[in-house]
Amino acid sequence: MAAGQYENAGEYIAHHLVNLTYGRLPAGADLCYGGVNETTQWTLAGCASEAASMGFMAFHVDSLMWALGLGLLVMWLFRSAAKKAHAGVPGKFQCAIEMVVEFVADTTKEVFHGKTGAIAPIALTIFVWVFMMNLMKLVPVDLIPFPLELMGVNYQKIAATTDPNVTLGMAAFVLMLVIGFSIKVKGVGFIKELCLTPFHTWYLAPVNLVLEIVGLLSKPISLGLRLFGNMFAGEVIFLLIAALFGAGFIFLPLAAGLQVAWAIFHILVIVLQAFIFMVLTIVYLSMAHEEH
Amino acid sequence: MIFIAVSIILAAAALGASLGMSNLGSKLLESTARQPELAPSLQTKFFIIAGLVEAIPIIGVGIALVLVFTMA
Repeated sequence: MAAGQYENAGEYIAHHLVNLTYGRLPAGADLCYGGVNETTQWTLAGCASEAASMGFMAFHVDSLMWALGLGLLVMWLFRSAAKKAHAGVPGKFQCAIEMVVEFVADTTKEVFHGKTGAIAPIALTIFVWVFMMNLMKLVPVDLIPFPLELMGVNYQKIAATTDPNVTLGMAAFVLMLVIGFSIKVKGVGFIKELCLTPFHTWYLAPVNLVLEIVGLLSKPISLGLRLFGNMFAGEVIFLLIAALFGAGFIFLPLAAGLQVAWAIFHILVIVLQAFIFMVLTIVYLSMAHEEH
Repeated sequence: MIFIAVSIILAAAALGASLGMSNLGSKLLESTARQPELAPSLQTKFFIIAGLVEAIPIIGVGIALVLVFTMA
């Protein structure tokens, strides 16, 4: 644990909650070690205040990298299992992949009314991807960031779902799917549905439209924020326990015990939140398919 | 002020979530006793709703910890 170089536990936690940010630093922004930035430039943020002054024009490099890397890893795993699949007695790896696929297919059939079509693959992708990104939280908090820090990379958050950009991005994708499927299934009826519920008269169409759009938007936002909130809160508690290691040798057994206990409890939360994200996606898509 | 805010957050989140969980658990036992053949599907739904209910106190704890350790 690198708690020795921080002044207090708050600083340690705050440091570990900053993403590695690459973005456009505007001219006139304060630099980390005194002085003012003279020309607008694209650069890596050296500290939290630089990342804050980049504002909207910034990429969270670590979130992007870990999310894409884990997504590719999962795709490669599933592909290699599918290519090696045979009708004989399956090996352990094939069995594990088959269990995941069957579990998602059964859940989809149970929740989704009608012909499932492309829904089950979408659900499988979302479930496995969110699960893998959540799983990175079980890696001890300093195992990867600390060696990277020694090599000169200041910030690294390996759990991508603790970044609201990732979870809200996935939720925005779900919103696009909902709108897309609504238009595909109902056509013009979708616009009519937006304008004519809950009050069935054209005079109140603007009121209906406002109400329905709020309803439409609130679903993916709550979806993304729920995942983010759970994962972020869990991460803060992990960091708090890790900060306890720096408090002296007396606290070492307590901190180790707490770390293990919270990690074991978190296995449940990780799977449950990935599962809830998947089920709610299926429910929203199912609602998009229903005619009123 | 922050400590008062944090205690209100934690108290309200714990109260609401525990009431919700107890309600949910009692209804699950009741309906499983009434129709034992539905138990597996009820349990799946129970876990979904338990996850939804549980999210709120955990988010509350997270916000409270951020308030205490980075603002106070």
